[in-house]
Amino acid sequence: MIKLWFKSGSPWIWLNAAAVSTCLIMVIGVLGLVAVRGVGHFWASPIVSMNYQEDDGQVKTIIGEHVDTTVTPAAMAKSTGFQMADNEDVLIQYLMKTGNRDLTGSDFRWIQERHIKSQAEPADLIVVERREWGNFYGQLVSVKENDQVIASGEQAWIALQERLKTALELHEQIAHLEKKEIGAINYGLEQLRLKQKGLELKHAWNAETIKEFADKKAAYDVDYKRYQAQLGELYQKIRRDSLVAKTESGAELVIPLSKVVEVTQPNTMNVLTKIGHYIKKLGEFLSEDPREANTEGGIFPAIFGTIMMVIMMSIIVTPFGVIAAVYLREYAKQGFTTRLIRIAVNNLAGVPSIVYGVFGLGFFVYILGGNIDALFFPESAPAPVFGTPGLLWASITLALLTLPVVIVSTEEGLARVPKAIREGSLALGATKIETLWRTVLPMASPAMMTGLILAVARAAGEVAPLMLVGVVKLAPTLPLDGNYPFLHLDRKFMHLGFHIYDVGFQSPNVEAARPLVYATSLLLVLVIIGLNLAAILIRNHLREKYRALEG
Amino acid sequence: MSTQETRSHSFDASSILRSTHKHDDPVEPCLKVENLNLYYGKKQALHGINMEMPKKKVTAFIGPSGCGKSTLLRCINRMNDLVDGVTIDGKILLHDENIFDKSVNVAALRRRVGMVFQKPNPFPKSIFENVTYGLRIQGINDKRILEETVETSLRGAALWDEVKDRLNDNALGLSGGQQQRLVIARAIAIAPEVLLLDEPASALDPISTLKIEELINELKEKFTIVIVTHNMQQAARVSDYTAFMYMGELIEIGATSQLFTKPTKKQTEDYITGRYG
Repeated sequence: MIKLWFKSGSPWIWLNAAAVSTCLIMVIGVLGLVAVRGVGHFWASPIVSMNYQEDDGQVKTIIGEHVDTTVTPAAMAKSTGFQMADNEDVLIQYLMKTGNRDLTGSDFRWIQERHIKSQAEPADLIVVERREWGNFYGQLVSVKENDQVIASGEQAWIALQERLKTALELHEQIAHLEKKEIGAINYGLEQLRLKQKGLELKHAWNAETIKEFADKKAAYDVDYKRYQAQLGELYQKIRRDSLVAKTESGAELVIPLSKVVEVTQPNTMNVLTKIGHYIKKLGEFLSEDPREANTEGGIFPAIFGTIMMVIMMSIIVTPFGVIAAVYLREYAKQGFTTRLIRIAVNNLAGVPSIVYGVFGLGFFVYILGGNIDALFFPESAPAPVFGTPGLLWASITLALLTLPVVIVSTEEGLARVPKAIREGSLALGATKIETLWRTVLPMASPAMMTGLILAVARAAGEVAPLMLVGVVKLAPTLPLDGNYPFLHLDRKFMHLGFHIYDVGFQSPNVEAARPLVYATSLLLVLVIIGLNLAAILIRNHLREKYRALEG
Repeated sequence: MSTQETRSHSFDASSILRSTHKHDDPVEPCLKVENLNLYYGKKQALHGINMEMPKKKVTAFIGPSGCGKSTLLRCINRMNDLVDGVTIDGKILLHDENIFDKSVNVAALRRRVGMVFQKPNPFPKSIFENVTYGLRIQGINDKRILEETVETSLRGAALWDEVKDRLNDNALGLSGGQQQRLVIARAIAIAPEVLLLDEPASALDPISTLKIEELINELKEKFTIVIVTHNMQQAARVSDYTAFMYMGELIEIGATSQLFTKPTKKQTEDYITGRYG
């Protein structure tokens, strides 16, 4: 009976089905975990105030949000040094985010459930998201203007909302002035300095140019002084207000509103306001610059850098790959050499990516970039322009890495164009190149897009080579901005993949950054899916258009 | 084979043509094949072919599969250039100009000698773009000229009435017979002198075949047509002259009516009476 069943082949079908389902379940599981952990981070969780008996017997108040729970069997807890009573089977511990890093030295602490005497969720607890030192948890006491209390008690919360709104507006203005306006002036001055040095090197630095440059500098100076005055005014305004809050230990702390991002009372929020808050936090995460060694704030530069790099890579790899494939398939005499080249190309796809990184650093950055600097940017020496890792080299290195997939799929696409179509075109008096350009390449374009999709999928997730050829922990400026020539290929950039590594494993505050790692991972996956979807849509459109004489 | 022999051979062929042509209108040869040998690598596929194809007439090549009739046809617009390892000696004269001359521009030759293949092979573009493909390659982009050509070519290929309202639709949406007529329209749009048809109806249903055959009858007023077919009835119906080929050799060429009723060679007779092939 069993034998018959084996003979029928169904065990194999079951085995295959099991393998497929296992893969699917694992993929869904990973994505689900990442999604749940990452997405939950922005949800405003309630703040708990509890009376907690410390190990020394003192009872203290702890204010914070619950993050994690562990359950340890009594025996195991005993062996790690906890004193357990006989009737206790398990040791329950909570990880609490208590914030106030400036006062206590850490954001988190573990507490034991059995030592909690009482707990409550008072409505007046506030969370202050600060630009420095992480979150603050406590109670609002009063709002001050120039060190004078202007509101306290119930009134303080209302006054705080108004004052904070103006403070945030001021902060935005300051950021705009500093980054955009003064940034542009600095960029202009730097360009002037480089030009001056260039002219000096060419011995063309004469009275005329000296005057011209002095005028320009003076103009920049005037602008700068004006912005500086504006900034001074803004700073004065923003420093005027502060809030006073009481910590869990009863101490009072003054927090200037210029350092505050947001103040909330999570215990008073209902589901609707929580949803609103959630959307706002998510938006900030997607659109703002990181703070505090990347463990707080947004990841916009990393998203931007990743997409930018992938687009640059696509622009580089597609023509190269297509031209190589066209030559191999259409022009090269098929034989030993082409076979050898094909084998080499296929093997190239198997080279570990870090090797590409090393090659990119050695060849592109130091040799190519170094020579470009020596030839075209002598004025900026000894500071390198292209002789240092940057967006251009990262894109080229990844283009090299993904070249094989583009070549292979384009070749397959070319091979699939029916001979009848080529002959039809040639019979109408088209030359080979006209046939290729007007008929064969368009018909092979879906295959090229397939290659590009694979290339994008690989490149967007690649981190190792990028660490050598252009990615940094924190890039002060985006590779694309309003300063001529707008696209700065020599700049270093941030990348989601590297960001995950950096925040998750290199940051001083790993515990605080953990939800961000999940959120960033989810985002990286989403970005890759998005890029792929875009490419797939284009491909399907092309397929529909050039549906060949199949069948 | 010496040139002397070649010449006499070809003279023979043309004298047959003249003597068998009843109405005695002067037959002007458009294409002359002189002592053509073709090798695929070492294997010889065509053996010393000598023949003429008269202007504005339909010449049919018949013969069993693998006899070289398609190969010969593809020599006329040098399609065999695309096949690796093909060597050709001998001449094909198109109006006394040897198409194998080094000075001949192959693309220009193919503009003069159009070709329609066995399976319809429209490009995956619109009907309009298919017909204008040859013109666009010649750099003609004047919308008025293109539109005129599309209409005359599609009318010429008896397809205009069926597609005039959907010229911008993809050509692959047409039926097989329509596609084949579209391909013919595409070929005649660039006004070639010669039209080569390689079993143009073999992939089509009987009604489409009939339409193609009617079309060939119309087209011969303007073009010199050479058609390869393995359907003897079709050859008899559409052609003025028929050449019978066997094993890479030209066995017999003559007016269709004569070849099918009074073949001079035993092999021809055997083939057309169905004894082999």
